Amino acid sequence: MAELHDRPPEQFTLRMRRYDPESGEAPYWDEHTIELEPHRSVLEAILQARERFDGSIGIRCSCRQAICGSCGVRVNGEPALACHTHLDAAQRSAREGVIEIEPMGNMPVLKDLIVDMDAVHWKKIQRVTPWLLAKQPVPEREYLVPRESMVDVTQTMACIQCGACVSDCLAMEVDPGFIGPAALAKAYRFVGDPRDDQHDIRLRDLAEDPQGIYDCTHCFKCVEACPKDVNPMGQIMRLRRIAGSDEHIVDQNNGYRHEHAFVKNIRRNGLLHEADLVPDSYGGKLHPRAVPELIAGMPTAIRGLLRGKMTLAKILLHPHKAPKPVRKYFDEIDSKPERYELNLYVSGYDEDDAEHAPVVAAADATTSAPGPEGSASQ
Amino acid sequence: MKVAYWPGCVSRGFTPELHGSMAKVAPLLDIELVELDRASCCGAGVIAEHNQELADTLNARTFAMAQQVDGAELMMNICSTCQGAQSECQERLDANASYRAHVNETLSAEGLSYQKGLTNKNFLWLLVEEIGLDELRLKVKRPLTNLKVGPFYGCYIVRPRERLGIDSDHPRDHYLDQVIDALGGTVIEYAGMRKCCGFPIITMNKEASLKQAGRHLGDAVDADADCLVTPCPLCHLNLDLQQPLAEKVVGRQLEMPVLHLPQLVGLALGLEPKELGLNRHVVRPSSVIDWSTSVVGAAA
Repeated sequence: MAELHDRPPEQFTLRMRRYDPESGEAPYWDEHTIELEPHRSVLEAILQARERFDGSIGIRCSCRQAICGSCGVRVNGEPALACHTHLDAAQRSAREGVIEIEPMGNMPVLKDLIVDMDAVHWKKIQRVTPWLLAKQPVPEREYLVPRESMVDVTQTMACIQCGACVSDCLAMEVDPGFIGPAALAKAYRFVGDPRDDQHDIRLRDLAEDPQGIYDCTHCFKCVEACPKDVNPMGQIMRLRRIAGSDEHIVDQNNGYRHEHAFVKNIRRNGLLHEADLVPDSYGGKLHPRAVPELIAGMPTAIRGLLRGKMTLAKILLHPHKAPKPVRKYFDEIDSKPERYELNLYVSGYDEDDAEHAPVVAAADATTSAPGPEGSASQ
Repeated sequence: MKVAYWPGCVSRGFTPELHGSMAKVAPLLDIELVELDRASCCGAGVIAEHNQELADTLNARTFAMAQQVDGAELMMNICSTCQGAQSECQERLDANASYRAHVNETLSAEGLSYQKGLTNKNFLWLLVEEIGLDELRLKVKRPLTNLKVGPFYGCYIVRPRERLGIDSDHPRDHYLDQVIDALGGTVIEYAGMRKCCGFPIITMNKEASLKQAGRHLGDAVDADADCLVTPCPLCHLNLDLQQPLAEKVVGRQLEMPVLHLPQLVGLALGLEPKELGLNRHVVRPSSVIDWSTSVVGAAA
C-alpha cells in the first residue's frame, strides 16, 4: 500500500457532461485536466476541477468514503460511486485516454452530475413500504429472532441507496414504472425479516403489480452496478421464489405460470419444448388467457414454419424425453420440506485446501454450509 | 481439439440453424464435437429462480458428464444463456466443498460426480482463447470485406464480469468485435450492443420486451450496420423471429438480419449460406448475402 500511495501525481483529463436547466441551453461536454496521484478518486478529481477551473460544476457528495451513497455518477459509461473509483482504474477503462463522467441514467438531471433521486429512486423505495410492519403483540423488550435469519438479510441491508443500480436498470429504461432493483432489494429486507408480519401481503402486492417482481429482465446490470455487492437481481429472484413456491401466488402477469410451466416442461422433456412453453406460460392451450396470445402469435408461428425454423412434427410431438434420473431429481429436490440454498455473500469461498476437507464436517449453517432457506441462503 | 459439446435446448428447438451451422463449422476449425446428448436444460435462470439446488444439480450432472468424455479438453456451449446460467451454478459448486458433496450425493444415483474446476467455454471464448485470432485469420477463405457487422452480446455472456472471468487479460466482452475484425468485417458499435434483448420477459411484459429488441435493432440501423451477430439463440429469437412485432412496437421499419456466431464464421470460412441455414431466418440476410450468387457481400 505504501508503494501505491508513493506514486507521484499524474495528469488526468476529465470529460464531463454539463447541463444547467436554468440556462435554457442544451447539455454539453466540458474537458479539464487535473493533477492527482493515481490512487486518488474520481470524486477528488471532479472537486479539483471545480476548485481550479470552474466553480459552477455540480456534483453531490458528502462522506467521500463510499458510505453515504451521494456521489453516484457514470464513469466511462458505467455507473459507479465517484469516491469509490480510483483514477488509475478509470483511466484504464477510458476511451482515447479521457475519463468520461456523466450523471446517472433513468433519472432526470437537476444540474450537471446531480440527478433527481426524489423523482425516481426515493419514490420507488417508498413504494415498497420500507419499514417493519411488526408482528403483534410487540414484545415489551426486544424481539428474539434466530441469528441466521438476520444474517440472511444483511446483504440487502448493505445497500447505501446510491441509485447506481437504478441508473442502469435495463427494464426501467423501457418501462420507467418498473419498481426497480433498489426498491425490490429493500422489499426483500422485510420479506426476509421474521419480525415482519406482512410477508404475504407484500409479496402479493409485488407479484400482482405489472411493474413488480416479474418485470425484471434478468440482465445482471444491477448486480454489476452495485458498489456494495447487494445483488439486487438475486434478491428479486428470491422474492419470486418465495412468492411462487411458498405463497403460491398465481399472479396476473404470468410470472408464476411461466416459471411453473418451464419447470414442468424440463421435468417432462429434459430439453425445453418451446411449442408447449408458450401456451403453458399463459395457463395452457385452452386457458382464456392463452387463446388471445396464441391467436396473436399465429403470424410469428407461421413465419417460423415457413422458414423451416420449426416443423409441425416438432411442434406437436415431443422429440426429447427427460431421462428417469432427471425426473427423479425434480421430484425429490422439489418435495424437500425446506429448500437448500447457498448464498456466497454470506458463506464466502472455500480456501484452496478446503477441497480436501472432510465433507461430513459441514461448517456452521450460518457461515458456509448449505442451509435451509431463511438461514444461510440466497 | 476435442470438446464435450453442450448445444443447449433452443439450438435444437426453434433455432435449428445454430446447431446445424456449428456442426458444419467445427471440422473447419479442427474442433471435434462430442455431444452431451443425455444432459438436460441448464434452466436458463428460471429453474434457479424456482429452486437453486435443482438448477445446481442439473448442471452439476451436465458438468460431470462432460468430465467423463475421454480426451476432451473442455466443455463448449453455443448459447450465452447456458454460459451464464451454468457459470452461476458452477460458481456455487466450486466455492463450497460441502455443498458440492451434497449435490454429488444426489448424482451418485447415476454414478456421476462433479469435480471442481471444469472449464466451460462458449464457442466465442473458445475461438479467441483456444484457436486464436491469428489462426482464425489464416483459415478465412472469403473475408467479410465491406460487411458492417454489429455485435450483439446480450447479457449472460458479459455480466457479471468477475464470475465470467472478464478482465484486462480476457476482454471477453470485446471478443465479438475481435472475431468480426479477424474475419475481415467492419465492427459497428451501437448503443444496445450489450443490453438485454428482452426475451426473458416476453410472456410477462411483451410490450417492454419488444421495445428492448426494437430499440437495439433501431440503434444498429442508425449506426448503418448491415447485420448483427449474436452468440445467444434466445437473443436471436427476440431479435429475428419477433422482429416484425418489435417493428410495430417501436413504430419503425427495421429489416435487420441477425446471424448466429457460427454462421458468420462459416461464411468467412467459405461455407455456402444455405448449408449454414441462413435461409431459415425471418429477416432474410439479403444485405449480407447476394442470393443470386450465394456469396457474401451484397452490401460491398
